[in-house]
Amino acid sequence: MTPLVRIQREDFDIGAEIAALTAGNPNIGAVVSFAGLCRDESGRLAALELEHYPGMAEAEIARVATEAAERWPLFGLLAIHRFGLIKPGEQIVLVIAASSHRREAFEAADFLMDYLKTRAPFWKREHLADGTLGGWVEAKADDDDSAKRWEQAP
Amino acid sequence: MSTTVTEPASLRLVYFAWVRERIGLTDETVTPPPGTATIADLVRWLKTRGEGYELAFENEAIVRAAIDQTHAKPATTITGAREIAFFPPMTGG
Repeated sequence: MTPLVRIQREDFDIGAEIAALTAGNPNIGAVVSFAGLCRDESGRLAALELEHYPGMAEAEIARVATEAAERWPLFGLLAIHRFGLIKPGEQIVLVIAASSHRREAFEAADFLMDYLKTRAPFWKREHLADGTLGGWVEAKADDDDSAKRWEQAP
Repeated sequence: MSTTVTEPASLRLVYFAWVRERIGLTDETVTPPPGTATIADLVRWLKTRGEGYELAFENEAIVRAAIDQTHAKPATTITGAREIAFFPPMTGG
């Protein structure tokens, strides 16, 4: 099973992506999807601007997704990450994992999101509600801690 | 020991987010001085190239690097590298 990775400016349709990933495989009994949305931080933000490193963004997410596919028995794994200007309520990232049973799908999706956050070369910049340009979002220690959970043997 | 004198290799550097803004460039091609063996050596040399570079690397432990689109550490050797990127900790997802 080769994971699918897409880096794009355009929005995505979660239902259509699930349908495409699971089509024609009646062995699939579990599908887990995670979507990350842009928040407005209680009205403070007008948008987030996502900068990325073209080429490495695809390669790095593919490396993490391949690790997930080796670790859990999956029938399908997809990651989509958007770049450009994204407004509150809009979708930024999507992960879908499909397997026979729920545990593998939940864990693979969780793993992929954790490592995507700490390893995929994307950077968020705030655009403020008053029309001015804000600062770069700082990386959270929590995200590193989340990713480290997977270093222990399952 | 080889006695062959090799031409200093030219290297493409790419910068992202606030590293890009502080240096004032998205990318450039450089020829580091002989003896520049690792990412840490390269950063030490870049910091001598002007205020923007000094500011970008003022806290070297924070800035991340990638060699040919794969994450690298300060001690990673840059021999044979074609493209080296410098950027802040990632905030995608």
